[in-house]
Amino acid sequence: MVGYYNTLREKVQNDRGTALVLFGLAILLLDLIFKLITGETRSQIVATYLWDGLVIGLAIGLAGVGLSLTYSILKFANFAHGDMITAGGFSGWVAVFAVMGVGRFDMKNLLLVGAGNPINVTELGISVSTTPIAILFGLVVAIIGTVLLTLLIDRFVFRPMRHHNDGIALLIASIGVSLALRYGLAFIFKTQNRGLTAASLTASYSVPVGTGSVQIDLGEITLVLVAVVLMVCVHMFLQYSTLGKAMRAMADNRDLALITGIPTEKVVRATWIIGGALTGAAGFLITLERGTISFQFGWILLLLIFAAVIIGGIGSVYGAIAGGIVIGFTSTVSLIWIPADLANVAVFSVMVLVLLYKPEGLFKGVTTA
Amino acid sequence: MKFDIEMLLKSDARIVASTFVGISLLFIIVAMILGLDFNGTVNTIQRIMFLSAVYAMVVLALNLQWGYAGMFNIGVAGFMLSGVYTMAIITGDPNGIIPGLGLPIPIGIIGGVLVASLLGLLISIPTLKLKADYLAIVTIGFAEIIRYAANALTFKTFSIAGVEMGTGAGRGIHLPMNPIRNLYYTDPSNLGLGKTVFGQYVFGFFEIIQVQSSVVVSWTYAIVLIFVVGLFYLIIYRIGNSPFGRVLKAIREDEIVANALGKNTDIYKMKVFAIGCGLMGLAGILWQGSYGYTNPTTFQPILTFYIFIALIIGGSGSNTGSIIGGVVFASLLFEGPNFIRRVIMHVFKFDKAPNSIIEAIIPISSFDLGPFVAYSLANISSLRVVFLGLVLVYIIQNRPEGLLGYRKELAASIDISRRPGAEVKRGKRHE
Amino acid sequence: MSSSGAKKKQKGGKNSAKKYPLKVEKIGKRFGGLSAVDGVSFSVEEGSITGLIGPNGAGKSTTFDLITGITNPDTGVIKFNGEDITGKKPYQIANIGLVRTFQITRELKDMTVMENVMLAPKNQIGQQLSNVLLSKLRRKVKDQEEELLEKAWETLDTFHLDKLANEYAGNLSGGQRKLLEMARVMMMDPSMILLDEPMAGVNPTLKKQIITLIKKLSKNGYTFLLVEHDMDVVMNHCDPIIVMHNGEVMLEGTPSEISTNERVIDAYLGGS
Repeated sequence: MVGYYNTLREKVQNDRGTALVLFGLAILLLDLIFKLITGETRSQIVATYLWDGLVIGLAIGLAGVGLSLTYSILKFANFAHGDMITAGGFSGWVAVFAVMGVGRFDMKNLLLVGAGNPINVTELGISVSTTPIAILFGLVVAIIGTVLLTLLIDRFVFRPMRHHNDGIALLIASIGVSLALRYGLAFIFKTQNRGLTAASLTASYSVPVGTGSVQIDLGEITLVLVAVVLMVCVHMFLQYSTLGKAMRAMADNRDLALITGIPTEKVVRATWIIGGALTGAAGFLITLERGTISFQFGWILLLLIFAAVIIGGIGSVYGAIAGGIVIGFTSTVSLIWIPADLANVAVFSVMVLVLLYKPEGLFKGVTTA
Repeated sequence: MKFDIEMLLKSDARIVASTFVGISLLFIIVAMILGLDFNGTVNTIQRIMFLSAVYAMVVLALNLQWGYAGMFNIGVAGFMLSGVYTMAIITGDPNGIIPGLGLPIPIGIIGGVLVASLLGLLISIPTLKLKADYLAIVTIGFAEIIRYAANALTFKTFSIAGVEMGTGAGRGIHLPMNPIRNLYYTDPSNLGLGKTVFGQYVFGFFEIIQVQSSVVVSWTYAIVLIFVVGLFYLIIYRIGNSPFGRVLKAIREDEIVANALGKNTDIYKMKVFAIGCGLMGLAGILWQGSYGYTNPTTFQPILTFYIFIALIIGGSGSNTGSIIGGVVFASLLFEGPNFIRRVIMHVFKFDKAPNSIIEAIIPISSFDLGPFVAYSLANISSLRVVFLGLVLVYIIQNRPEGLLGYRKELAASIDISRRPGAEVKRGKRHE
Repeated sequence: MSSSGAKKKQKGGKNSAKKYPLKVEKIGKRFGGLSAVDGVSFSVEEGSITGLIGPNGAGKSTTFDLITGITNPDTGVIKFNGEDITGKKPYQIANIGLVRTFQITRELKDMTVMENVMLAPKNQIGQQLSNVLLSKLRRKVKDQEEELLEKAWETLDTFHLDKLANEYAGNLSGGQRKLLEMARVMMMDPSMILLDEPMAGVNPTLKKQIITLIKKLSKNGYTFLLVEHDMDVVMNHCDPIIVMHNGEVMLEGTPSEISTNERVIDAYLGGS
């Protein structure tokens, strides 16, 4: 512990940027304490921000792990990742709607999650509290659906380009995939934002904080728990399984991994499968927590996810989570000081600053060569 | 094949001219099928030309940054936005709902270009050492920061040093009246007050061939833009085909080598970023300026991607290719699908499009394609983007050099493929 | 070519350090925990072809990178023609006449051989934006381009690349790329040239041509420092020879001194 403290101290001394950031954070913290004492900001507001920030952060972190894996192992920034999240969300909800509405609603409508002919979600009655099995089923379908989709896309788009080893060409191709996928979903599911769950059925708990309380609902709790479990699983997999070690080796040094006889294509497939599974889960859980879905929700999240992955250090699973939480907190806690419509400005500014001054990430993962 | 800049220019001018003519003919045919009158046809072509010119401009500017210097800027929309908004704020009415500075349009344009250019310079300095994919994320992040800021209620109105101004937030902002109207009308804000002498003659002439005055005004603006495309081309041609351009190409290929050969690559990159972003700002101003109004939604990241698709189609690194790419993208890929829809709807009579894709697909089992086609046409705006995405993937996989193929556009102010003083003796040997 | 070489000699004449244009004093560089170069000192005599040899990992390429500013040394001083160039940028060092080629050839592959060669010359007025944008000034740019073009053709002749002038550099053979790199740096009018393994992957005929060229240029007053693994080339054509081992200079001497030294033989046989 003392040793760790010393290295940390050394690091801070050696790194004026980090020192400056810590200094800035310390000032904000002091200001926050001052605001709490004077009563300008109430403690329950801060607690709500923290909880919301955590939920947003874990959602983004979970969605980010897949992106981080593909970025570090396949060496390109996948701009289609956001739309894969959307695809995951839709595939899961198609399944949940079909199961829950069969016999009561028009199946054609259920399979399109109410595209064109909106479905009354209160009547459909989906919620984590009342229909957990259907939700679990949706989660599984979202995972499988997204895995299949990513494998398909890799087969036809990225694999033929792999031998060129050109990260920018792959990035551009992923932009093409992103456009095709997003508007393909729009073509099938239409463009309107629609409700998914019956909000009144979702259990909600009130946790007293200071003079007030924080509202926590079961959708949020589900997201937090599943996200944590999945991320621990991924970490264990990368740390202890042979395939996981091979993946890390490839992220570290692709050429060396090739020489030492690691089966590249197998590792690449594993990367897509695991990345796809997490992406699908993220898409489903995020829409579950929000209770709504639209064809561009994943795309809108993408830049935030990139921000999380970069802040956490590309290639690091825990980094993605930590980065996600930083993003989550930034987007909510910053509201103490700035108006809500500038929250995204704050988040992206943090991302740009990290890229400029600490491109290896705050928590230092594997840097891509 | 012998390299001769004159010849290359001539052949390139031919390529560009025939593209313009070919596309005009195509749309004349489309207009005929649609049964448009002469005025409608002329107007259709005007719209195509206008959009083509806008795309050609931005694509040329991007070509300078990415095609020549290899700087992967995917924040194009952000730089366009900053140009347009600066111009709007500078020229806005000080007493309007969204107050501006009330300065004349030329100052607005210059200010817009300068601000876009300065922002480019500002972004370029800390990003000089970043890898291409990180530069991509920084630039798109920057573009989104600007867009969110323009969209934020916080800046709907604000004041700097006591002077009121604003962005108008999500509802957008007014741009000054297109000054082209001054050519034709004595008072551009009230057309009923009368025409200038020039206006009387020109309108009079076009009335004979039944072209409305509004179409004449739009055409005038489109022609001005086509001239500006020529200006963009000239600027970028001169920058690219020069010792300066050689350094840019070298930076794209291998920055360390360029540096080891005594070139201060950082300075080159900063200059190129500043100029390119300034030109993007100008293109944005000329584009949105014609609408008299703009809003943040116009400048979503997809706009940047459209411009990239156009550049990749034309062939990154080629100026002629950039123009062709811009024209082909704007006319065929962007506007084309709408016309395909109109033509099909006009020629075949469809029942109302089904409400959902499943209802559209089921009849296919009984060989009735009608509902599916109707559904596709009704949702053509989504299908169009799907198609664009697939085109992008296809080209990057199969034809990364673009439509025109590999082109040796040598970066020099003179023809450096020939041997001076040995033209007769040796010139032929280079095929 | 010979005329510019003569010019070099005159330029060196008024400088007090005329005999040793390059002086490296106790430079060191660590990467992470590893010391790549550790207290290396040597000088290179004007007009010499100095060899820098050593087993893989001895720190030769890093030394080149440090001299040419690709990386900066943690400790030590590098002087060129009496001027302290430690920590200067690569382009600054190149522009005062100290140029280099790379171990793995870094031709600019999507540029033609001629574009590659025309890129190099210093003080091109057409590298100033205002000069290429304004019609009046373009005239001067074009005039200079014509001059440079003539010089470029001569250089290509010298390096037997004239027939490949309009070929993309990416299409050249390994040996031709080495020649192109040398032709490129010669266009910069350097006074000293660092060659990083100029013979690697070059066929015997071309090898002879390259050696002849280097010797001819050195006679004309150019100074060479080369890293090379081909011992025949080093022993027959370099003098003096500097031996590096484990990031340090082990020995400096004439070819015969080096070839009979036990420690050098041990270093090579023992590996590192």
